[in-house]
Amino acid sequence: MADTAQPGPIGGHGHDGETRRDFLAIAATAIAGVGTACATWPLISSMNPAQDTLAAGAPIDIDISGVQPGQQIIVLWRSRPIFVVRRTPDQVKALAADKDAASLRDPTSAANQQAAYAKNVYRSVKPDVLVLVGICTHLGCIPEFVPQPGGSLGASWQGGYFCPCHGSRYDLSGRVFQNVPAPYNLPVPPYHFVSDTVIRVGENPPDSTFDFNSIEQI
Amino acid sequence: MAALQSQSKIVRWIDHRLPIFTFMQHELHEYPTPKNLTYWWNYGSLAALMLMIMIATGIFLAMEYTPNVNLAFDSVERIMRDVNYGWLIRYIHMNGASFFFIVTYIHIFRGLYYGSYKEPRELLWILGVVILLCMMATAFMGYVLPWGQMSFWGATVITNLFSAIPLVGNEVVTWLWGGFSVDNPTLNRFYALHYLLPFVILGVVGLHIMALHTHGSNNPLGIDRKGPQDSIPFHPYYTIKDMFGVGVFLTIFAIFVFWFPNLLGDPANYIRANPLQTPPEIVPEWYFLPFYAMLRSVPDILFIKAKLAGVLAMFGSIFMLFILPWLDTSPVRSARFRPIYKWVFWLLVIDVLVLGYVGAHRPEGLYVVMGRIATLYYFFHFLILFPLLGIFERPLPLPTSISAAVTKGKP
Ligand code: HEM
Ligand code: FES
Repeated sequence: MADTAQPGPIGGHGHDGETRRDFLAIAATAIAGVGTACATWPLISSMNPAQDTLAAGAPIDIDISGVQPGQQIIVLWRSRPIFVVRRTPDQVKALAADKDAASLRDPTSAANQQAAYAKNVYRSVKPDVLVLVGICTHLGCIPEFVPQPGGSLGASWQGGYFCPCHGSRYDLSGRVFQNVPAPYNLPVPPYHFVSDTVIRVGENPPDSTFDFNSIEQI
Repeated sequence: MAALQSQSKIVRWIDHRLPIFTFMQHELHEYPTPKNLTYWWNYGSLAALMLMIMIATGIFLAMEYTPNVNLAFDSVERIMRDVNYGWLIRYIHMNGASFFFIVTYIHIFRGLYYGSYKEPRELLWILGVVILLCMMATAFMGYVLPWGQMSFWGATVITNLFSAIPLVGNEVVTWLWGGFSVDNPTLNRFYALHYLLPFVILGVVGLHIMALHTHGSNNPLGIDRKGPQDSIPFHPYYTIKDMFGVGVFLTIFAIFVFWFPNLLGDPANYIRANPLQTPPEIVPEWYFLPFYAMLRSVPDILFIKAKLAGVLAMFGSIFMLFILPWLDTSPVRSARFRPIYKWVFWLLVIDVLVLGYVGAHRPEGLYVVMGRIATLYYFFHFLILFPLLGIFERPLPLPTSISAAVTKGKP
């Protein structure tokens, strides 16, 4: 082995004048690169939710006996607002007629924004009780509940949600309209009825294995 | 490089071991500068001044500020009420951000008008755009710190931009937050980064100046210096001119700090952050309005949903600046000798102002239409006008030298 840093014939050279030293340099650089990449991983990973943050995501029970028809309440689950609405019979009827379907992005709830048990026009287990994650799928604002038809949102407005931030609109099932910035319907969290008046948010009914983390867009 | 001529033995002793005085002598004193620079060339030194002011005031704010969701808002109120001169330091820092951006935007448009991004200053220009990006990140994260309503909701909307990334968007956003929403981990990391980034900017500014001093300043004529008759030493001629600019600038700055400290801010940020209540209208600080307008203007384009399209337009608008040196095909730098570009330049200025105006309003009715047209024009200007103008425009004859233009040919 040569003991001076001279390229060329002194080192054990290969076919085109590459030396063993070149090989060592490349190998060392590659290992150093991989090592650095590995070393940054714990740093990057430390920015993901910590274990206590993850543990705080346990299911919660909500008593809905006091929610009047046409009223919405907001509760926090996993530091996200959850909308619970008791729809009036008229509103349920209007949804069943599904007149707005042609102007919705995803009227059949094809995108994975809810479990199978909420994949219907009402996007809920019971037609009159709506449960949604109250976060606009555009950029995360909390949409306003505007149940009255008409008004400043135009004559065709049948009631639903209006996002104040960039003007996205959703119907009374949280289905997004076309030509607004929000791409997806409002997500439906996993939930089930523990009794007639209590729902548990964060837990599926026994027959479902829906994974909240698989939702397309929160 | 002239040998250092100093009376002081100590200076010479140091300089022999660490040639810092020679360096300063060379870069600030002798540094040959075109002799025809106008006041449009003051904004670079003003930007450097603002960076110093922001770092100085920021460090003293940091001594009193507490980065915790339960304490941040109160700690800022305490700075305003109880800390000696806390109100002054904070008002300087708050308005300083605005003035930093005013100065930087003027500095950029100056470069656009006089073609300062063209050969051989492409890297100088690109480093400038890097500084702009870092400034935006710094200002955005700083604005989150007081933990008012706009802090919280601004942070929510901007971090959610990243959820538009296909496939991994949600994971990226959770990673940015360190949780399931903007919360304490988010505030803490933003504070750490807000403290760090200005020093990164400082480093890039160093490179920016290094690139500048390699070929020297451009000038209103956009032609190269041909010899000593075209330049004057930086000191004292431009140091004095820069100082005069600093005087005027600081006077205006002081008027804002002392008489209208909240004019440029949003009153909603004096309301404590409430994660359950989106304010009726979320508006970023004025210096982000044109970008914000683009974000919300773009409709669905083919299979790209409006959300992703808006995000692409917003980042794309900065990307245009990065590639501008290669989009502009005209060999002539200064707009003075480009009879068409001279006017077209102002269309871009107006376009950005319109975007800013649109960004400040709810996206309804006419604002939507205006926003779409202005966004479209922005990209048209860069992607179509810049390349075509260089091909079809007939530039005026260039003066033979800077000196010749100044002396009108007389020796
Ligand atoms: C590029 C330079 C900088 C810019 C553009 C910038 C911008 C901002 C902005 C816009 C705010 C919010 C002001 C408000 O509404 O209250 C802020 C707050 C703050 N900044 Fe900076 N900053 C810079 C440098 C620094 C540095 C270097 C430090 C620390 C060493 C710092 C520490 C702070 C602190 C502690 C706050 C929170 C107190 C407050 O809100 O007034 N900043 N910054
Ligand atoms: S966050 Fe709702 S429309 Fe943008």
